[in-house]
Amino acid sequence: MTMTFRALLGATALCATAAGIAAAQDNVTLTIATVNNGDMIRMQGLTGEFTAANPGITVEWVTLEENILRERVTTDIATQGGQYDILTIGTYEVPIWAKQGWLAPLEFDEAYAADDLIPPVRDALSVDGKLYAAPFYAESAMVMYRTDLAEAAGVTIPESPTWTDIMNAAKAMTDKSKEQYGICLRGKPGWGENMAFLTAMANSYGARWFDTDWKPQFDSAEWKATLTDYLTMMNEYGPPGASSNGFNENLSLFQQGKCGIWIDATVAASFVTDPEDSTVADKVGFAQFPNKEGVDNHGNWLWAWSLAIPTSSDAQDAAKTFIAWATSKGYTELVASKEGWRAAPPGTRTSLYENAEYQKEAPFAEMTLTAINAANTQKASVQDIPYTGGQFVAIPEFQGIGTAVGQQFSAALAGQMSVDDALAGAQSNTTREMTRAGYIK
Amino acid sequence: MARATSRNARVGWTVAAWFVALLIFFPILYTIITSLKSEQEAIAGFDLIPSFTLESYQTVQSQNNYWRPFTNSVILAVGSTILALIVAIPAAWAMAFSPTKRTKDILMWMLSTKMMPAVAVLVPIYLIFLRTGLMDTRIGLTILLMLINLPIVVWMLYTYFREIPGEILEAARMDGASLRDEILYVLTPMAVPGIASTLLLNIILAWNEAFWTIQLTTTNAAPLSAFIASFSSPQGLFWAKLSAASVMAIAPILVLGWFSQKQLVRGLTFGAVK
Repeated sequence: MTMTFRALLGATALCATAAGIAAAQDNVTLTIATVNNGDMIRMQGLTGEFTAANPGITVEWVTLEENILRERVTTDIATQGGQYDILTIGTYEVPIWAKQGWLAPLEFDEAYAADDLIPPVRDALSVDGKLYAAPFYAESAMVMYRTDLAEAAGVTIPESPTWTDIMNAAKAMTDKSKEQYGICLRGKPGWGENMAFLTAMANSYGARWFDTDWKPQFDSAEWKATLTDYLTMMNEYGPPGASSNGFNENLSLFQQGKCGIWIDATVAASFVTDPEDSTVADKVGFAQFPNKEGVDNHGNWLWAWSLAIPTSSDAQDAAKTFIAWATSKGYTELVASKEGWRAAPPGTRTSLYENAEYQKEAPFAEMTLTAINAANTQKASVQDIPYTGGQFVAIPEFQGIGTAVGQQFSAALAGQMSVDDALAGAQSNTTREMTRAGYIK
Repeated sequence: MARATSRNARVGWTVAAWFVALLIFFPILYTIITSLKSEQEAIAGFDLIPSFTLESYQTVQSQNNYWRPFTNSVILAVGSTILALIVAIPAAWAMAFSPTKRTKDILMWMLSTKMMPAVAVLVPIYLIFLRTGLMDTRIGLTILLMLINLPIVVWMLYTYFREIPGEILEAARMDGASLRDEILYVLTPMAVPGIASTLLLNIILAWNEAFWTIQLTTTNAAPLSAFIASFSSPQGLFWAKLSAASVMAIAPILVLGWFSQKQLVRGLTFGAVK
């Protein structure tokens, strides 16, 4: 922010107070840090509509890869650098950063219809009842499967399957001689890669990361059952080299018709049903994230890329105006009018799912909403837990710990260690880190 | 017999050289091939024949204007190199021709600054940039890149200058040359190949720097390294687009390297007066 800009902003703020106008926004430049994905790129393309309606505001985009963005934004926000006016962050960062006092709370007027935001998403982005980030698009996780292969193999996948259903179906659909693998799951190590999936799977098995005294629980029977079943499925019915497969690799395998079942983020549904990219677009069925028999838990996966304002921003009023525009009902309609309803950012507003046109164009709409509504990030496990977060634990140390555990589990998938060794390694690693961080006294 | 053996050996060495060259160049070649594929082809597996689509280049250009980061890269790379030479030539001259007991230690100390991981000083440098208003400015990054590469520049120049016999400079002094004349008209012309290769190498290093140029910029001073970083994505296919962005970023430096390879090789393999 230059001195001229600061002076201008100061002057405009003064004018605003004098005139009693809530938000004066003359000649403000907003710097927005964002990630590179389809919905965000589309928003950049539509920025012209916003600046046309708000002539005093110029928008500059900084697009970075997710991990670089996280690193870059963390440095800036921790040093109160004020380089950005709007940050694109997820459900992991929002509660942690809000508690640090790094984010400005968001209050919108009636026209924004904050009540229309899907409740689990709004909860995940709120701290003490205050909203700290507005969701741009949100996702949970669900089962995507090939209806033709299921039919040929004579299996049916119910709308709310158990893990036994999934394993049986994966077995029946596997034909390795035709490069047809029953199930594709994440194996690439990382807190946001294999551990996102495995944490959700463990939740659905009744496992938990920590007990109420923050003691790691990898020595529990639930975690052992989770990892054993995961490895059985992947080794027997999964594709080769799965320990290096993440979201993108599995997406490609599924689109090429090589996977029977893929369990991953709901946002993938629009990719696998897109006839331009997917060879199996018209043969995909959807089901809820599985649960273990007797455990009422469907993984609780919830992620929302959201827009937040750092307290170090000099242009908070203009930033709020932009966020209100980009996450409004009106924006969804704008996208629909330009590129069709399929392209509307999913998962944030109840009204989108009540829209008949959207339901018609997006066959995955209903299951996506069911999955998001089923996610409880305030209590992800059926057991008592001291943390929030669904497919992650919302503490600052989780990035490091989650990745270290992910490496153990990925090594087990690659056949380099046994289930027991991987769990023992995860237990001792996590215990050490949690003791060092002061959680375990 | 002797001729046959030597011809065989020559052929053998040529083949080996080609093999090594291809091995080193292959990642760049495959990036170029991938940039000419569609996203589906790019992720489908190893394949040397692309469908020659320019779709990725079009998307990259429409998503992100190439010229702003390109201009920044040129300014940063050339600017920091010229600054570094201005500082390093006198420094290397002093160390080469008037060494003291501590010259070796100073050289080693300079090099030791390169041994620390950059991220270790991220926060202090970030704060200095913030407080001095250098954040996201070309001048700030030019100075920083100059400082980062200075040890290597001084070392390279020092090595070249050491090859020049001190007697030549002494003769110039006896003929009445001042210190300035001595450096400008005697030393520099003799060390041109060395200076040229240092200059080229430093431009390449500065062009490819991808830690500070991403950490200390947002929009105004962001060079091509930040441009590339914006095309990687954890959800959705991006390999072809990322490859296209990489090709656009390395093309200028590749062309520069191609045209100046004679200078580079000569400077790197020969001494100043050999």
